[in-house]
Amino acid sequence: MNKIVSKKQLSADVWEMAFEAPHIVEEHKAGQFLIVQVDRQWGERIPLTIADSDPATGTITVVFQAVGASTMKLSRFEVGDELPTVLGPLGQPSEIEKVGHVVLCGGGIGVAPVYPIAKAMKEAGNRVTGILAARTKDLLIFEERMRAVCDEIIICTDDGSYGRKCLVTVPLKELCEQEGARPDRVIAIGPPVMMKFCAATTKPFGIPTIVSLNTIMIDGTGMCGGCRVTVGDKLKFVCVDGPDFDGHLVDWDNMLKRMRAFRPMEETARQKERDHVCRMQAAADALSKKEVR
Amino acid sequence: METREELNAQAEALLAKLPPAAELKAPQRMAIPQQPMPAQDPKERIRNNHEVAIGYTEAQARLEALRCLQCPTKPCVAGCPVGIDIPAFIHAIAEGKDSEAIGIIKQTSLLPSVCGRVCPQERQCMKGCTVGKINKDVGKAVAIGRLERFVADKERETGSVVPPAVAAPTGKKVAVIGSGPASLAFACDARRAGHDVTIFEALQKSGGVLSYGIPEFRLPKDIVQKEVENLQSMGVTIRNDFIVGRSRPLKRLFEKDGFDAAFIGSGAGLPRFMGIEGENLIGVFSANEYLTRANLMRAYDTEHADTPFYHAKRVAILGGGNVAMDAARTALRLGAESVQLFYRRTMGEMPARAEEIEHAKEEGVEFNLLRNPVRILGDENDIVRGMEVLCYELGEPDASGRRSPVAVKGSEYEVEVDCVVVAIGNSSNPLLPSTTPELKTNARGNILVDENHETSMRNVYAGGDIVLGAATVILAMGEGRAAAKAMNERLAGER
Repeated sequence: MNKIVSKKQLSADVWEMAFEAPHIVEEHKAGQFLIVQVDRQWGERIPLTIADSDPATGTITVVFQAVGASTMKLSRFEVGDELPTVLGPLGQPSEIEKVGHVVLCGGGIGVAPVYPIAKAMKEAGNRVTGILAARTKDLLIFEERMRAVCDEIIICTDDGSYGRKCLVTVPLKELCEQEGARPDRVIAIGPPVMMKFCAATTKPFGIPTIVSLNTIMIDGTGMCGGCRVTVGDKLKFVCVDGPDFDGHLVDWDNMLKRMRAFRPMEETARQKERDHVCRMQAAADALSKKEVR
Repeated sequence: METREELNAQAEALLAKLPPAAELKAPQRMAIPQQPMPAQDPKERIRNNHEVAIGYTEAQARLEALRCLQCPTKPCVAGCPVGIDIPAFIHAIAEGKDSEAIGIIKQTSLLPSVCGRVCPQERQCMKGCTVGKINKDVGKAVAIGRLERFVADKERETGSVVPPAVAAPTGKKVAVIGSGPASLAFACDARRAGHDVTIFEALQKSGGVLSYGIPEFRLPKDIVQKEVENLQSMGVTIRNDFIVGRSRPLKRLFEKDGFDAAFIGSGAGLPRFMGIEGENLIGVFSANEYLTRANLMRAYDTEHADTPFYHAKRVAILGGGNVAMDAARTALRLGAESVQLFYRRTMGEMPARAEEIEHAKEEGVEFNLLRNPVRILGDENDIVRGMEVLCYELGEPDASGRRSPVAVKGSEYEVEVDCVVVAIGNSSNPLLPSTTPELKTNARGNILVDENHETSMRNVYAGGDIVLGAATVILAMGEGRAAAKAMNERLAGER
């Protein structure tokens, strides 16, 4: 179960991994996510968005950034290994319908979950524009995949190393201001701050803007309530009510703060994990020296 | 506090003085003091996660069983939600026939080592007990749950559990959704009838609330695991990491996977919040999240667990049920310096088991009764720093004769806390009904069933919290059994 069939390093910390999960492929729809554990006894349950699914091979692709202890552990799984826990597909699928012109903004690894939605929106008969944003050229992912399903692609980097030197909100605003080409719907996925500002950009134009939230979760089935957010003064659970929400109604400031709830513990865990890797590396080095002799 | 050894010595001494069970007269039985449950010392136990109540010794169990008057009216049986023949099993214990006793219990109940620990006996079997009535104190009734636990533990610890016999294969496939008490009971009875049974469980561990909710110190997870293994040894398949409704829509289990019937026991897993200001501050948790981190994800073991736990010094618990007690005592064990519980009514209305309230008090949980928070206060980083609390008093009796709490105007005051755990109950989990439009629910989202526990979908049965709202382990188990009986009859007719 869940056997890894491919693994690619997309940039320094970013990995793309595909694994066998035919039953999930069968039910998966754009916008849904998974809960993954790297160890059934002690591992955290981490939510990961589905970046792609292939009915022909029965494989699911995820893209993740190895920034926390658990994702660092996940990045050390190799082709042929089995992922101990994969639950999914979870969450409400994205609303896919023909609305006209759809603009999809993907920031950093957020481009990966944008891709299946772009593909589905294109298949539904929309004109699809993709705005792909990253800090620098090396961190830009999924460009080819996105080019294959979008009518137009705009690339921007913070440092100007590729595409335009600007934030994602700049081309988004220009599109909103364009007479006749105005987006009928905007979908933004990426770091919370990026989604917050995309929503703020489209709000004056009254363009419906959907964001996909990735809050702290445990079970992913509605049981713990750890993922709760305020959307238009209503309490919502990202795992069962989302992950897609109206970006204009999300209480971003509270959500951003809540995502930092375990920051000190996470930092400790990360340090512990780094130390562990260093020790393992040192042990491996020592061992290989011996072998050479 | 007396140790288990001391309690045992006292029991043995008393037992030696008594005539044989058969010759014992009612006044002699009434003169036997109720046997206290041996427990870990409170100062010790708040530093560990081991079970608090250690269990009766042989001598204590004999003696306690001798207290039963074997009255012909059997009010205890009437008080038991599943009608266990209580006088019969207690009589067997009194005669030293423990394996006979567990056999009698298992004719009706499937999880005696669990129910002996978590049933609110003082509100069920013990409530009508004649011994308690004569003593004018339900707490002095025959300790039925402790005796149930004694024989169940003995059977398990001596390795003499014999899984129920399974009938010849019927060729029918039955799906069970969730693996909590209702589902375990249903799966057992469905398998006994010879069906091919698969349990689908979303989490990595089976047992539902018995695994993620009830802490180790109240219900050791080995016991839950053993119950699950017993089902597996009968041939029940368990598929973890599979959430029916998402991993597979319910209807497709029938259409694609060839199931002939299903039971929904997915529980009441959607935490309720108070709806007050500040509930989304950092440091406010649902009891489900708080307990799931500690239990299921084992965050109590910071050395090994990857899931972090929110370590706080002053913890407030909102609510008065078992879950509130569990959260309060978990907080103590994970290093809280003070734990204050806030409950809007008085001690008498607290839904928690008497023993849990007692244990919580012994461990130092502070009870603030007739108190309810009006808002949670945060600092500039949205981290909990306190709570504003409103006082209540008991008003005039209402139509039901109950004096309900009335807010005292202007009585608000502030308490300093750095963590708030909301334990005011659960709503039914919307996932399955929302992905299965054919399933009829009531306004509260509970699945509607007929007198045979069948839902609006043919051959789909439901029971436990998803039907009842929040109830008890024994009720859920009883529902699972009743549903299995109806389904077994239906499938037999369809053959």
